[in-house]
Amino acid sequence: MNNLVVLPMIIPLLTGIALFFFRSLLWLQRLISIGAMLAASAVSIYILHLIQRDGILRLDFGGWKPPFGILFVADSFAMLLVLAASVITVICLFYAFFSIGKAREKMYVYPFILFLIAGVNGSFLTGDLFNLFVCFEVMLLASYVLISLGGKRVQLRESFKYVAINILSSWLFLVAIAYLYGAVGTLNMAHLSQRIAEVGQGPLLTTISIVFLIVFSLKAGLVLYHWLPGSYRVAPTAIAALFGALLTKVGMYALFRVFTLLFYHQPEITHTLIGIMAGITLIGGSIGAIAYQNVRAIVTYNVIITVGFILIGLAASTTMGYEGAAYYFIHDMVAKALLFLLAGTMIALTGTAAIERMSGLIRNYPLLGWLYFIAILSIVGIPPLSGFIGKMLIGQAAIESHSYLLLALGFLSSLFVLYSLLRIFLNCFWGETIISEENEAPLKRGLLMPSILLAILSVGIGIAPEWLAPYVQDAAHTLANPEEYINAVLED
Amino acid sequence: MKINDVILQTVAKVVVFIILTLGVYIFLAGHHNPGGGFVGGLVLASALVLLYLSFDIKTVHKGLPFDFKLIAALGAFTVVAAGVGALFFNESFLTQTFLSWTWPIVGKMGVSTVTIFEAGVALAVVGVVITIILSISEDV
Amino acid sequence: METLMILLAGILVMAATYLLLSKNFIRVIIGTAILSHAVHLLLMVMGGLKAGNVPLLGENAAPYTDALPQALILTAIVISFAVTAFILVLAYRAYKELGTDDLEKLRGVDDE
Repeated sequence: MNNLVVLPMIIPLLTGIALFFFRSLLWLQRLISIGAMLAASAVSIYILHLIQRDGILRLDFGGWKPPFGILFVADSFAMLLVLAASVITVICLFYAFFSIGKAREKMYVYPFILFLIAGVNGSFLTGDLFNLFVCFEVMLLASYVLISLGGKRVQLRESFKYVAINILSSWLFLVAIAYLYGAVGTLNMAHLSQRIAEVGQGPLLTTISIVFLIVFSLKAGLVLYHWLPGSYRVAPTAIAALFGALLTKVGMYALFRVFTLLFYHQPEITHTLIGIMAGITLIGGSIGAIAYQNVRAIVTYNVIITVGFILIGLAASTTMGYEGAAYYFIHDMVAKALLFLLAGTMIALTGTAAIERMSGLIRNYPLLGWLYFIAILSIVGIPPLSGFIGKMLIGQAAIESHSYLLLALGFLSSLFVLYSLLRIFLNCFWGETIISEENEAPLKRGLLMPSILLAILSVGIGIAPEWLAPYVQDAAHTLANPEEYINAVLED
Repeated sequence: MKINDVILQTVAKVVVFIILTLGVYIFLAGHHNPGGGFVGGLVLASALVLLYLSFDIKTVHKGLPFDFKLIAALGAFTVVAAGVGALFFNESFLTQTFLSWTWPIVGKMGVSTVTIFEAGVALAVVGVVITIILSISEDV
Repeated sequence: METLMILLAGILVMAATYLLLSKNFIRVIIGTAILSHAVHLLLMVMGGLKAGNVPLLGENAAPYTDALPQALILTAIVISFAVTAFILVLAYRAYKELGTDDLEKLRGVDDE
């Protein structure tokens, strides 16, 4: 029993609810929300340290021993993601203070951001499949509200589609849970893993695992990403950054959990399928990224490419692949949030999202331009920055598992990422300056500070990965050896 | 056209109290029998919805000047706080306990901390339902 | 009995699919609501429809019914209630703002 484990979810949840009572006191709302997220980040760091010392931690809700009760399990993989998510939220909140506008602030945007992060952290931490569904729903409900808040016409249309597709995928999730419960009679993940290992993963269980694959692919945007570009584009910048950084990661995390802990006995079926899907996602995302002239759309398709890339690590299913994926998870949360914030800042400054209508911004806003350049280098994976180590490890894992086609696709897609982002850079920052000095909109320092912080984080992770290494290695080790997770949960 | 709703209003005045009583009964029955916070909350909310239907929003709002969003928030806060409360006694999150005292006349009676949790659920349900009904009906 | 229930769930899914594929906001929403009912039935059947006792009252209880599906269904009902309520409000707002409840007509509305 360790009550600390529940805090990364409970702190945002409780403070989020409390914020409802301070609707008109905006400064207090800001103060409390950022304080709560800082506290959650601090707790996450502490738990991460505890895990290195005492092994995987768990908390049985209400003192009901597993497999009877529901529980939270904190291993290094989950906690790394919780920590990254909480830090990103702090920074996005900071950006929201300066950009989101009084109207939305009064429409309870901060409470819903906190609910969103509570759902995200809960999904990372839970050790029970049904509880995962519940946390997903908390996250999704908050995201529904956040995406439709403000009620512009295009927003309403996209959010209706977003909600409808997510209801459908949640429904499939429940169907899969029902089948799995009917087949093996438990929903505790560790217990499930044990039972599946006992009875063997026959055709029935493999089919169920593919239903889970479809569900999480819908959430993560793996192949089934048709809903993603539209809905991420219409949200306000700070919220789009949160979505782009966190939401698909939760789906991917679920894929990693389910296919390393539960259904790892038939990799020639399930993991091959994941590999194929990752390849298709890489191709589709690359096509999307170079097809559009809209900054937001290009950035959103980059999210999809990442999904394909990280899942190469799962398809390879070696310790090195998991390690690379863990690095890449963290890197990508930082880098995508940075990219979305910069794109949003550009749109806010020029009043347009079309790249052909921007030019020579680097003369008006030099710092913004160079930050964007750092973001490009980091996402493409140029050595001293954070993307490199994850990309290298995933590439090595692909070689190790002889999936050369995926390797080629992965690195080709990096070229497409580079091309699509450089296109923005060349069109918008290079070239003739069309905004004269009198006409240029002032760049508020508050809009730039979050991006600077993220860029520093990205450079920091890149320069000193050994600082993260022990945690990441432990995370990959636990993913590769499910019995450690099982022992931590089922044995006292 | 003005609709004559004398019958509806007269009946509603009586029926609302019956529904409210039923709601409280179902809420309390939930500890051992079918019922509980969610169902009880829905029944309580239906009483209020009946009021809104038979009178108009303004009249009801004069009698019940609450912001139902805040009621929902209060309920949700109670739910989470009931779970967090266990942390202060060094127990697992969401641990429940049963407190009982000996009263004069009625003898030994107790309350379980689950009841606090359920009361929160009921409040949240009432708040959410009414908020939704009002937000749809506001500008018809 | 289980077979009958599964058939019923199948019929519900069928009806819901039909509704989901239509172009009308309200029909889609009703479709999602029916869909969730179907999966609740499925959850119940998967727990087994035994005519057993109340679960775990006392130490030497008679054969009892699995209580877990009930808890799962209740939670799923609450969630689908919240989601349906939200999407109803959303559809209403969209109808007021866009002046139509036909999804087909929403194509290409002022795309920035």
